[in-house]
Amino acid sequence: MMTSQKHDFAAAAIRIEDAAPALRLSLRVKPAHRDAVGRALGLDLPARVGQRAQAGDIQALCLGPDEWLIAAPEGAPLADAARAVYADAPHSLVDISDREITLRLSGPAVLDLLAACCPRNLAAMAVGSAARTVFDSATVILWRDGPADFRMDVWRSFAPHVRSLLAQAQAEIAAGL
Amino acid sequence: MLLIHCPYCEDSLPELEFTYAGEAHIARPADPSALSDEEWRDFLFIRTNARGPHYERWRHIGCGRFFNAIRDTVSDRFLTTYKAGEPRRPLTNEAAE
Repeated sequence: MMTSQKHDFAAAAIRIEDAAPALRLSLRVKPAHRDAVGRALGLDLPARVGQRAQAGDIQALCLGPDEWLIAAPEGAPLADAARAVYADAPHSLVDISDREITLRLSGPAVLDLLAACCPRNLAAMAVGSAARTVFDSATVILWRDGPADFRMDVWRSFAPHVRSLLAQAQAEIAAGL
Repeated sequence: MLLIHCPYCEDSLPELEFTYAGEAHIARPADPSALSDEEWRDFLFIRTNARGPHYERWRHIGCGRFFNAIRDTVSDRFLTTYKAGEPRRPLTNEAAE
C-alpha cells in the first residue's frame, strides 16, 4: 500500500489568512475640526501619527496630521453621522472599502516574515499601534494587534505580488532558511 | 539602512519609506505672466546643484507629508529635517550638531 507523509513542520510558525470584508473610510479633516468630527463618529480621534482609538467595533488610526483611517464592520452608519456635522466641521470622508484587502498575519515567526520585505523595525513597533509603510515598494498599512499578530491592509492591485512574496518567505522560514 | 527623521511622525524611519522631491524653498512667482522668459526659465529649471549641504524636499509615505531637509550631497548625511512651510534653517547651527 502506498503511504504518504504530509510534511507539516513549522506549519504553525506563520498563519496567513484573509480577513472578512470590512468598511474602510478615509477621513481628512483639519486639526481644528478633529474633535467635532470625532464626536459625531463616536471616536476620540488620536492626534499622533500611528496611534489608534477604538469604540466598540470601530477603529480609527491616525495616518497623518490631518488624515485618519476608520475601519468598521460593513454597514456601520458612519457616513450619515459625519454628514450631520459637515456644515460646522468641513471634512472629506471617502469610502475606500474595496480599494484594499486585509490579510491577517500571525504566529511566532511573523516578525521574520514581515522583515523579509518591510524595511521598518517592526519589533520596536508598539502593540496596539499601526503604521503606513512599504512592503517591497507596495504601500501597506500594518496594524499590530498583538506581539505576534498583525493585520496588513494592501491595495487590491498589489495583492497578488504581496501574496506571492509572503508565500515565498513563509516557505523559506518553514524550511529553516 | 539610512534612517531619515520625519518631523511629522517624530521618528527616524528607513529611507525606503521616503521619496526625494527636489530642491526646497523655491517659491512659485505670485504673478507668472509678469515674468520674463529668463526669469521663468530660472524658476522652472535652474537649481543650486550644491556640493555639500543642500536644502531639499522629501515626502514620507507613512504620513503622506512633504517636509524639508538639509542633506550633505557628498556624505549623504541628513543634517536636519523640518516641517514644510517653516523658514529656511540656518546652516551653521545644524552642521555643528
